[in-house]
Amino acid sequence: MSFEPKIVAFFCNWCTYTGADLAGVSRLKSPANIRVIRTMCSGRVDPSFVIKAFELGADGVLIGGCHPGDCHYTEGNYKALRRVHLLKKMLQSFGIDEKRLRLEWISASEGDVYQRVAIEFTEQIRTLGPLNWKQKLEQRDKVTQEMIA
Amino acid sequence: MATPKLALYWAASCGGCEVAVLDIESKILDVAAFFDIVFWPCATDFKYKDVEVMADKSITLCLFNGAIRNSENEKIAKLLRAKSVILVAFGSCAYEGCIPALANLTTKEEIFKTVYLETPSTYNPEKIFPQPVTKVKEGEVEIPVFYEKVKSLDQVVDVDYYIPGCPPQSNQVAAVIDVVVDILKNGKPLLPKGTILGAGEKTCCDECPRIRREKKIKQFHRPHEIMVNPDECLLDQGILCMGPATRSGCGALCVKANVPCRGCYGAPPNVHDQGLKMLSALSSIIDAQDPEEIDKIINTIVDPTGTFYRFSLAHSTLKAADL
Amino acid sequence: MSTKHISIDPITRLEGHGKIDIFLNDAGEVENCYFMIPELRGFEKFCVGRPVEEMPRITTRLCGVCPEAHHMASAKACDAVYHVEPPSAGRKLRELLYNVFFAGDHALHFYALGGPDFVLGPEASPTERNILGVVAKVGVEIGMKFIQHRAHQSAIMELLGGKKIHQVTSLPGGVSKGLTEEERKGVESRVLEMVEFAKFTIKLFEDVVLKNKAYVDLILSDTYSLKVYSMGLVDEKNRVNFYDGKVRVVDCNGKEFIKYSPNEYLENVAEHVEPWSYLKFPFLKKIGWKGFVEGNESSIYRATPLSRLNAADGMATPLAQAEYERMYKTLGGKPVHATLATHWARIIELLYAAERSLELVRDPEITSPNIRIIPKEKPTEGVGIVEAPRGTLTHHYVTDERGILQKVNLIVGTTNNNAPIAMSVKKAAMGLIKKGIQVTDGVLNKIEMAFRAYDPCFGCATHTLPGQMPLVVTIRNKNGDILQEIRR
Ligand code: SF4
Ligand code: SF4
Ligand code: SF4
Ligand code: FES
Repeated sequence: MSFEPKIVAFFCNWCTYTGADLAGVSRLKSPANIRVIRTMCSGRVDPSFVIKAFELGADGVLIGGCHPGDCHYTEGNYKALRRVHLLKKMLQSFGIDEKRLRLEWISASEGDVYQRVAIEFTEQIRTLGPLNWKQKLEQRDKVTQEMIA
Repeated sequence: MATPKLALYWAASCGGCEVAVLDIESKILDVAAFFDIVFWPCATDFKYKDVEVMADKSITLCLFNGAIRNSENEKIAKLLRAKSVILVAFGSCAYEGCIPALANLTTKEEIFKTVYLETPSTYNPEKIFPQPVTKVKEGEVEIPVFYEKVKSLDQVVDVDYYIPGCPPQSNQVAAVIDVVVDILKNGKPLLPKGTILGAGEKTCCDECPRIRREKKIKQFHRPHEIMVNPDECLLDQGILCMGPATRSGCGALCVKANVPCRGCYGAPPNVHDQGLKMLSALSSIIDAQDPEEIDKIINTIVDPTGTFYRFSLAHSTLKAADL
Repeated sequence: MSTKHISIDPITRLEGHGKIDIFLNDAGEVENCYFMIPELRGFEKFCVGRPVEEMPRITTRLCGVCPEAHHMASAKACDAVYHVEPPSAGRKLRELLYNVFFAGDHALHFYALGGPDFVLGPEASPTERNILGVVAKVGVEIGMKFIQHRAHQSAIMELLGGKKIHQVTSLPGGVSKGLTEEERKGVESRVLEMVEFAKFTIKLFEDVVLKNKAYVDLILSDTYSLKVYSMGLVDEKNRVNFYDGKVRVVDCNGKEFIKYSPNEYLENVAEHVEPWSYLKFPFLKKIGWKGFVEGNESSIYRATPLSRLNAADGMATPLAQAEYERMYKTLGGKPVHATLATHWARIIELLYAAERSLELVRDPEITSPNIRIIPKEKPTEGVGIVEAPRGTLTHHYVTDERGILQKVNLIVGTTNNNAPIAMSVKKAAMGLIKKGIQVTDGVLNKIEMAFRAYDPCFGCATHTLPGQMPLVVTIRNKNGDILQEIRR
């Protein structure tokens, strides 16, 4: 059975969300693997949303925000940028490839950019393979329990 | 009212939590007067078997310290759960894994390899590893099975309340005892399940006497690298302090001794994941907008995972590394 | 094979913190003894990747009964990693903290764990053989004095170490917090009381134990003797020191065998692995592992209060020195191999620790603000050794050029005594369990006394918190049926 990556996307309402929408309206074909959650700003994407997504079965997480200087809340996208950098560093110590997390600036008019990023990222995750976080940890537990029995 | 029964137990514990209970000094006499202590391996004479024969729910209150590191720890956790009306995860180990749970960033195999083969003083030419069951010439001897990862108490049984801290400060332990005694004595309703006892409802920063201005940071320093100003917030001085991501309760002890908080009181109220809370807090104070500069500053935080999750890794969303 | 199997679980089968399995042969005699530690944490592995300066705050969690020992060994290893020497006042503050801790911890053992055997006698009922029994026999005011002594220790730990349990103030290059004159005065008055309590303890030991010939005979009896090498940290004059110096090892005749600096420990000590215990068995590397045997040909050594006194030429404070001389005179000269004399050695150390604390707190330099320097050199590798109450404690770190740990090795106090404890217990069991003899509670306690003399604190591996140590002994036949069970 071929592996279809599950990707959770957090898109800023003011830019990337509209950009992705535009891609759809313009019939730019993009992968169906991406499930979008709309947020008010990329700065509102709490690190716990990202980690929770991985824990609950996402193979990749994509965050989209306004270009530098364009954030409606001035600092939000920079905050997102710093969080993503720190998160990437942390993911590695948990044995999760940092490439599973990606941050992109995509404006409301960049449907084509959205299409490119979506295809690229999906292929990237396809190459990395499934994460299956919960199942993997549970599997390790099971091995120990069998040892006791 | 029948005399309430009290049990105390240590699983994978350092013993510090037990000392913290003893350190409540004269209050310990009140405890002995109010409760019938039915099981306390460190101080009294009751055996595992004595607990096995007790009726279910016959222990009123069980204070359980230490994490779940091996099969024996889990077995006793289950037994005490069945026998106790109120089961309390006492101290950071039982609550959230504490420092021993840093082992969740590596594997059991790696631990065994390091301890029994690679450490330079180890002399083990036959590559012997400890085994759960060993046949010796006289018969068989047994030791418990070492688990893949450290678990908190609530990951193996249902837990009613938590008392954070490594160890919980004695004044807090004494305060909890007063509350519990009051409830039992006066027939008051039990607190809602999951309540955190013996701690505050704010963050460590709220108890800290240092002045915090939430300054932006261009470079982080390690505690031994600079001399700190005694009145200013350590984080403002660029020293990574877990205060903003830590529950109040200890009285900011470490910070008062001029070293940063490391978070032993666990996540603050309404935060599930202490490490991510810290990550978020730091993201707001790093003074850069350019990706390269951000990386440069982040690289001065030398061990983010091991610091943000110094005490709470077992309880984190991801729980353990997958290596 | 009709071997009988006796399991002794010191407070522990119930929680898995250490047990002794004794096998009997056909003749009903002790065939073999296994002393097993079922606990492992893996600090040597999971500390890798951590910044080295955090180690004094991480390794405290090896043991909540003696976190001070790990805090100090770790701080010294950190100094070595960064090639720094703390300023004199910083060093003295650490040594003060450490000696106060020793005085508190040794008293705890003497009054709560080891003492009851002597004060009440080994045959006393187990329900009395505890601290409350001691208090009942010698008077309530002594119990109060003891609680006060412990309270002094706690208060000074919090003041100098930041926390009562799991200290935080030592950093590479010194300590983070100094002592004001106001605070110093408070510490001094507490330490003065600690010295008095130490003197009182020596007197109590003299009255209760030394004036009782039966006890002295018991101490000197063969059942409780173990001839092995003795290890201890000594200063430049070969006197006992807990905080600093070289490790000296003397043979069974008291002759110096080796004396090494911390960074030479790997040439001198190695650890053997057995499949039935999570705790390794250290031995003298120059001799090589020869198994669980006694004598100069064997590589087994002890690291206990007694071995420290054996390995040294004397004590650095006057009252402790006088008591040191008296002990050897009474017990027939150096070295002493009588395991139970460890209790005496322990209170001599208690006296030294209290006297030394007083010297330090009265040192004019102790309130100097010059307590820490900032390391400037590139971190590399370092070893820190201190004496923990329960034996020589070694921390060894290797870091990268940023001071991030690459390798960690720990040889913990009690671990040193893993083999000697097993051997002492076996010897006591062999001497006390004979064919046809009912294993009574008294017999059981006498076996346990061999174990208890070491004050084994497996908080570092398992845990034996001072207090009464209940036991269950189960004797089974070859079918596993229980023939006899004694519990207390
Ligand atoms: S919470 Fe801290 S003091 Fe308590 S057992 Fe764990 S390490 Fe020890
Ligand atoms: S960050 Fe640390 S030093 Fe600053 S206010 Fe909070 S607890 Fe105090
Ligand atoms: S300051 Fe932080 S690390 Fe120190 S005791 Fe308080 S909560 Fe724990
Ligand atoms: S509003 Fe779009 S990123 Fe802030």
